[in-house]
Amino acid sequence: MDCNREYAQLMHQYLDGDLNQREEAILRLHLEGCEVCQKHFHELKRTLTFIQSTEHISVPESLSSKVMQNLPTEKKQVKYKRWFKAHPVLTAAAIFFVLMIGSVFSSWSQDSQLVVSKQENLVIEGDTVIVPEGITVPGDLLVKNGDLMVKGTIEGDVTIVNGELLEDGNMLDEESFTASVGEVNGEFNHVDQFFEWIWYTFKNLFKGIFTF
Amino acid sequence: MDEMIREKIKQVKKGDQSSFEDIVIYFQNRIYQHCYRMLGNAHEAEDVAQEAFIRAYTNIDSFDNRRKFSTWLYRIATNLTIDRIRKRKPDYFLDAEMKGTDGLDMYTRLPSQDRSPGEEVEGLELQRFIHQEIAELPPKYRSIIMLRYLEEFSLKEISDILNIPLGTVKTRIHRGREALRKKLRHV
Repeated sequence: MDCNREYAQLMHQYLDGDLNQREEAILRLHLEGCEVCQKHFHELKRTLTFIQSTEHISVPESLSSKVMQNLPTEKKQVKYKRWFKAHPVLTAAAIFFVLMIGSVFSSWSQDSQLVVSKQENLVIEGDTVIVPEGITVPGDLLVKNGDLMVKGTIEGDVTIVNGELLEDGNMLDEESFTASVGEVNGEFNHVDQFFEWIWYTFKNLFKGIFTF
Repeated sequence: MDEMIREKIKQVKKGDQSSFEDIVIYFQNRIYQHCYRMLGNAHEAEDVAQEAFIRAYTNIDSFDNRRKFSTWLYRIATNLTIDRIRKRKPDYFLDAEMKGTDGLDMYTRLPSQDRSPGEEVEGLELQRFIHQEIAELPPKYRSIIMLRYLEEFSLKEISDILNIPLGTVKTRIHRGREALRKKLRHV
């Protein structure tokens, strides 16, 4: 049957589009002369036509909905992972924020002791820090967990955390502060609550970053 | 169209399940028919087609967007059908190559025409007959013949889908065509 294996090979290469013009001419020339090969080639082509004419099979309509129903619901872990991968900047920001809150919180609850920035000539009576009359404090003053009484002068900024500003044992509200006996030549900060403390810490942090 | 599919896959990778439905609807006809022709029955075809889409979804992250999605999907489906065929006949495989025969398999040992094709055609509709003859080809030839002539992939794409060298694809398509020619020449 296979009159010539070589030509059968050429036929298949022809069907795969692998023949160049010269080879194609050789095959054509042979087919014109050889009846057996012509029949073989004809049968091959007919076979391909047969294959392509096979019945059309229709899909069950429910296929796509069945697929969708059976999709695994994503595990939460995978979901988060995907989200983190997709938003690296937000992830970094979130981690930064969590750490930040943690450190602020711990520094808030850490000490309830009276803390005063180191300046000379301050008088401490119990929980009250007094700047005595006629005394000038040359720098900034921070009082934490205690009250402050100003009779003298403070050249720098004043910050009171978790405490009050007193005048001779009386409370002085901030509005009348400028009229007080003592003098503050810098900024005055009064921090009393936790959220204010957070705000204050952040403000200082960013100030620090920008001045740096 | 390819661009649309690419876009949908991006959405699915981001976690949007509903975009996957569009992909299923777009490919379900071709994939189901492929499975049907490989397996020869509707029930298994539906089962395997469904499984193929689910596999594609769960492994979507491993799909490289620069490649062709249809090729990747067909590869999953083809592997699943071949697995299914293997499980179906646990005792022996007609298409398993016999030792020392250099590529011959059990099919070559079967009498080539045990029934007259003429009688066969009388009983069966021609198309059914052809379909059956294709179905009787060993899977490794059948898959290539189908991918080439029914699903119209290029030989290069077929080599991608089946993960075999281009040369092997050509050898198999030659043998597949010859085998079918012998079966169908009397029709």
